[in-house]
Amino acid sequence: MQHLRKVSPLVWLFAGIAFPFVISDPTYTTIAIFALLFAAAASAWNIFSGYTGYIALGHAAYFGIGGYALAIICQHWQIPGGYTPFYLVPLCGLLAAIASVPLGAIALRTRRHTFVVITIATFFILQLLSYNLRSLTNGSSGIDFPLILQWAPGFYNLPFYYVALLLTVLALGVSWFVRHSKFGLGLLAIRDDEDRALGLGVRTGSSKLIAFVISAFFVGMVGAVYSYFLGSVQPSFTFDALFDVAIALMVFMGGIGTLTGPILGSLVLESSQQYAALNFTQGSGGLYLIMYGSLFLVVILLLPQGIVPSAKALWARYQATHTASVLPDPSGSGGANPVARSAPGDGMGLATPREEAKA
Amino acid sequence: MSLLEIKNAAKSFGGIVALNSCSLSIEKGKITGLIGPNGSGKTTLFNVITGYEKVDAGEILYDGKNITNSSPDKVFAMGIGRTFQLTRIFPRLTVIENMHVAAQRQGLRGLMGQWNAPQEQQRALELLDYVGITHLKDTPAANLSYGQKKLLEFAFILIADPQVILLDEPAGGVNPTMINLLASRIRGLNARGVTFLVVEHNMEFVMSLCDKVTVMHRGAKIAEGTPKDVRQNPAVLEAYLGD
Repeated sequence: MQHLRKVSPLVWLFAGIAFPFVISDPTYTTIAIFALLFAAAASAWNIFSGYTGYIALGHAAYFGIGGYALAIICQHWQIPGGYTPFYLVPLCGLLAAIASVPLGAIALRTRRHTFVVITIATFFILQLLSYNLRSLTNGSSGIDFPLILQWAPGFYNLPFYYVALLLTVLALGVSWFVRHSKFGLGLLAIRDDEDRALGLGVRTGSSKLIAFVISAFFVGMVGAVYSYFLGSVQPSFTFDALFDVAIALMVFMGGIGTLTGPILGSLVLESSQQYAALNFTQGSGGLYLIMYGSLFLVVILLLPQGIVPSAKALWARYQATHTASVLPDPSGSGGANPVARSAPGDGMGLATPREEAKA
Repeated sequence: MSLLEIKNAAKSFGGIVALNSCSLSIEKGKITGLIGPNGSGKTTLFNVITGYEKVDAGEILYDGKNITNSSPDKVFAMGIGRTFQLTRIFPRLTVIENMHVAAQRQGLRGLMGQWNAPQEQQRALELLDYVGITHLKDTPAANLSYGQKKLLEFAFILIADPQVILLDEPAGGVNPTMINLLASRIRGLNARGVTFLVVEHNMEFVMSLCDKVTVMHRGAKIAEGTPKDVRQNPAVLEAYLGD
């Protein structure tokens, strides 16, 4: 088990790298790109909202800033389509992060419901600006990205896929690092009792703001890549009011505050949504939304804490009831199974565990 | 010599006067008991000392420095730790994680370091052992019994090596074995020079533990002295039994 824990991230990474070679159909790589971009955004959102317990519903603002920043930079400096815009993605994330400093500082003066409402308000302010600052954003008609003519249709998705994968791995890496740092422990303490944490010397104000800015940085980068992939930015869908709802659903479904939950939630939800949208939109077109809704209801009913914590609890219960019936490992390296380890040698390897199971 | 000095502290909540020009001094290296009827201002006094509430008037001096209306983190960093009447721990963190929250670190590098740095981990485990809950270290704090939560809260403030510890009803609702353990730990720390201010309704606990007892009534000090003297003080008897 311990062994498995060390190896499994590498297996997942390898699977991620190999995916477009195994399934090269652009329909599916497109779904994978969206799913990975949402995974990166959800993981980053979780660093702030999952760890501190402050539910931010305005991160679409930073998604939009990232997207618009890249579009405006490409237009202004007449950057040709191709790899160059990818190098500018970190800069777009940085611009989103810079914008998040004052906006976050204002919102974080409040707590709970007020905080949620203020983050939503900051999103609408930025969406309005994108409609109205015409000289910069070209108003409601938006800005087109330069076309990427040199990439063959079969190749086109690959660079986007790997950039999306890289962003996901980075967001997950930062989540891991934060979770294992003193800073991250402070964030979790804030989630449980902010005033008590302050009273124990946790710098609550700056910790919350730093977490907010880190999440905005990643969401800004995701916005830039997402918009470049779509080929244009427009106020209505680059500043998308449903973005935060989607992210929050993904994180809640996977398990808020956990490391892998947000990734799992977004991979499951975004890919099934995209798949359903592709295959079940004939006629009235609403069928996939019904599927989406029912899936969510099922999760709420059966796994209210999210997939990862619920699965962990189920696994722990399974282990507790079944460890005793596992046969002892003849090599003696039975690992984390104390019953199996105590059994060999006495010749009662089969009988002893069963007795323990009865007890 | 007084380590903590409250001078004419006043605090009201709307029309209710919680502290009415309250003055008292806490001697260094002593265990002082703070008693008084419900609503006499004991917890409010704790709150204004530790920065959770601001005084309307008056001064609070710690080791000669004015700490009036300092923020809770500054007060804690200066060496004044406290527990709450209704225990305030971090329920979703494990016991050992709770211990590490209060470990003080300076600068960005300290914050970026791992939460359970070896030296702090060792200290945290020692302290858990000191209060006898090491076996629960990986349990979420929410699953602890009421008494265990009180012990955890007591242990995690110790990780910052406070010079003064304010305990708000440490024995309330705790079983006798744990009360004895707690009393012996308080004595042990006191022998090493830690100053205590203890609010408690359990008179037996106060009388056996404290060097000195201060009595509050209606937001002000009405008596102080040795446990024996205070018990026979007519003003005290009247405050508890009278009108």
